[in-house]
Amino acid sequence: MPIQRRQFITVAGVGAVASIAGCSQSRGQTQGESAPQDQPGVAGETLTLTTTTSTYDTGLLDAIHPDFEAMYGVTVDAVAQGTGAALESARNGDSDVVLVHARGLEDEFMRNGYGINRRDLMFNDFVVVGPDDDPAGIRGMGSATEALTAIAESESTFVSRGDNSGTHTKELALWAAAGTDPGGDWYQETGTGMGEALNVATQQGAYTLSDRGTFISQRSAIDLVVLVQGPIEGGPATLANPYGVMAVNPGVHDTANYDLAMAYIGWITSPGAQAAIGEYQVNGEQLFFPEAVSEDPDFQQYVPQGWSSESSNG
Amino acid sequence: MSVPLDSLVGLLSAVVDLPFREGYVSSIIYVSLYVSGTAVALSTLFSLPVALAMGFTDFPGKRALKSVINTGMGFPSVVVGLLVLFAVSNQGPLGTFDLIFTREAMVLSQFVLATPPITAISLAAVTGVDDDVRDAAHVLGGTSLDVALVVIKEARYGIATAILAGFGRAISEVGSVLIVGGNITSSGGISKTRTLTTAIQLEARQGRYETAMILGAVLLVLVLAVNAVVVQLGDSRVMS
Repeated sequence: MPIQRRQFITVAGVGAVASIAGCSQSRGQTQGESAPQDQPGVAGETLTLTTTTSTYDTGLLDAIHPDFEAMYGVTVDAVAQGTGAALESARNGDSDVVLVHARGLEDEFMRNGYGINRRDLMFNDFVVVGPDDDPAGIRGMGSATEALTAIAESESTFVSRGDNSGTHTKELALWAAAGTDPGGDWYQETGTGMGEALNVATQQGAYTLSDRGTFISQRSAIDLVVLVQGPIEGGPATLANPYGVMAVNPGVHDTANYDLAMAYIGWITSPGAQAAIGEYQVNGEQLFFPEAVSEDPDFQQYVPQGWSSESSNG
Repeated sequence: MSVPLDSLVGLLSAVVDLPFREGYVSSIIYVSLYVSGTAVALSTLFSLPVALAMGFTDFPGKRALKSVINTGMGFPSVVVGLLVLFAVSNQGPLGTFDLIFTREAMVLSQFVLATPPITAISLAAVTGVDDDVRDAAHVLGGTSLDVALVVIKEARYGIATAILAGFGRAISEVGSVLIVGGNITSSGGISKTRTLTTAIQLEARQGRYETAMILGAVLLVLVLAVNAVVVQLGDSRVMS
């Protein structure tokens, strides 16, 4: 495949912007520690972050945001909506930065010009959970699609989020990969958050797809066990759950607080915040694995997957 | 107001192990009361004159207007939330005011929700006032304002009921404030747009039912207390 000059330049340009953002961030960090009041023109401003329920409900954002707020003298308004709604709020210009977990939806958001300066932030994984007696016999399967096929064939109750969240998007992709179009009485869409879906699954002795973080943080209240592990515990890579962070394009919405959004992206991808994400625990378990700081950065994180200059030019 | 509430929470903590941070519950209660109180006050200021005008005059379309108001009493709150979201979103007609995810947006949606019941019940109360009372006030040389005040005084129980109905609808409402308010707390744990109802929704979503129950109890106590106060006022105060 010939290298396309235009694509290369664009990619390099975006990469340069992101690295400059990274540099100015580390400068901000040192200054912020010595004299927070002098800090940046953004002091006193409010950043609106729309995000998925998993980052919020696990308590991660509450744990790490005070550091950012103190450093820049700003306020973060975190609105937990689910990935689809979080991106829609950003599309409407109602937020400044989005933190979500559905690469496909993120790429669409980027391609349509609403988002810029996307960075890989962290990851955890999805797990297939269900009742301990495991009627479909999926325990220990090494493939999520095999497990879903077994659930569909035995028509065991499966609870779907059904809410256009990152987890729901992942679930639909897995069904598609399994070659099954789920439907019928055994397939139930709750249209609610992960926590409620887990409760519903508990009450019905049903299977569901959960992110590991929400499952761990709620495990004491539910009666489900992990039957198919994600990659963190040696399961299939298809169950990986990467999170990305993007600024709302100020060229589309001039109301977006772009300076602060970039400060936030710089901060949350900085070594300090990344370490804090890695150290965050619920019930003694690590929920999120930072991946913004790497000796070998993934260049593709800056552009939508499958992007080419032709498709972007129409 | 935060001091007694915090000590109340402290008292509760002795009984149940509360996961609340200092100031969290009191700030949620404050936001609930602020939003619903402001919305109901504005609704009352709007509804009473409308109810008086409709009660005293006949005009074409009065019946139609009445049925519009009655329909409004049953208007689904999430639809109101959705419409207010469209209005205040940056793309909407009020977008320049930057109201999305603020208390003001929540006040706006609760105003829309509380106005129909307050208007309808006040209208019933005002219509129920004996015509002789109005006539007597006129005969004694009262201005329209005097007459209105006399009627309000006579109808004060009904009007108090109207305000309570509006307040009850506003403070127990969860759908629209969640949509337009965003359920935000600062990372210090102080509520910005989180109300008791949206906090209960959040706790239930996270499976923390005990916490949700405690907040539910606080909400119930609050509604009972406001009812008691308003009934007391309706009993004793001369409203002129």
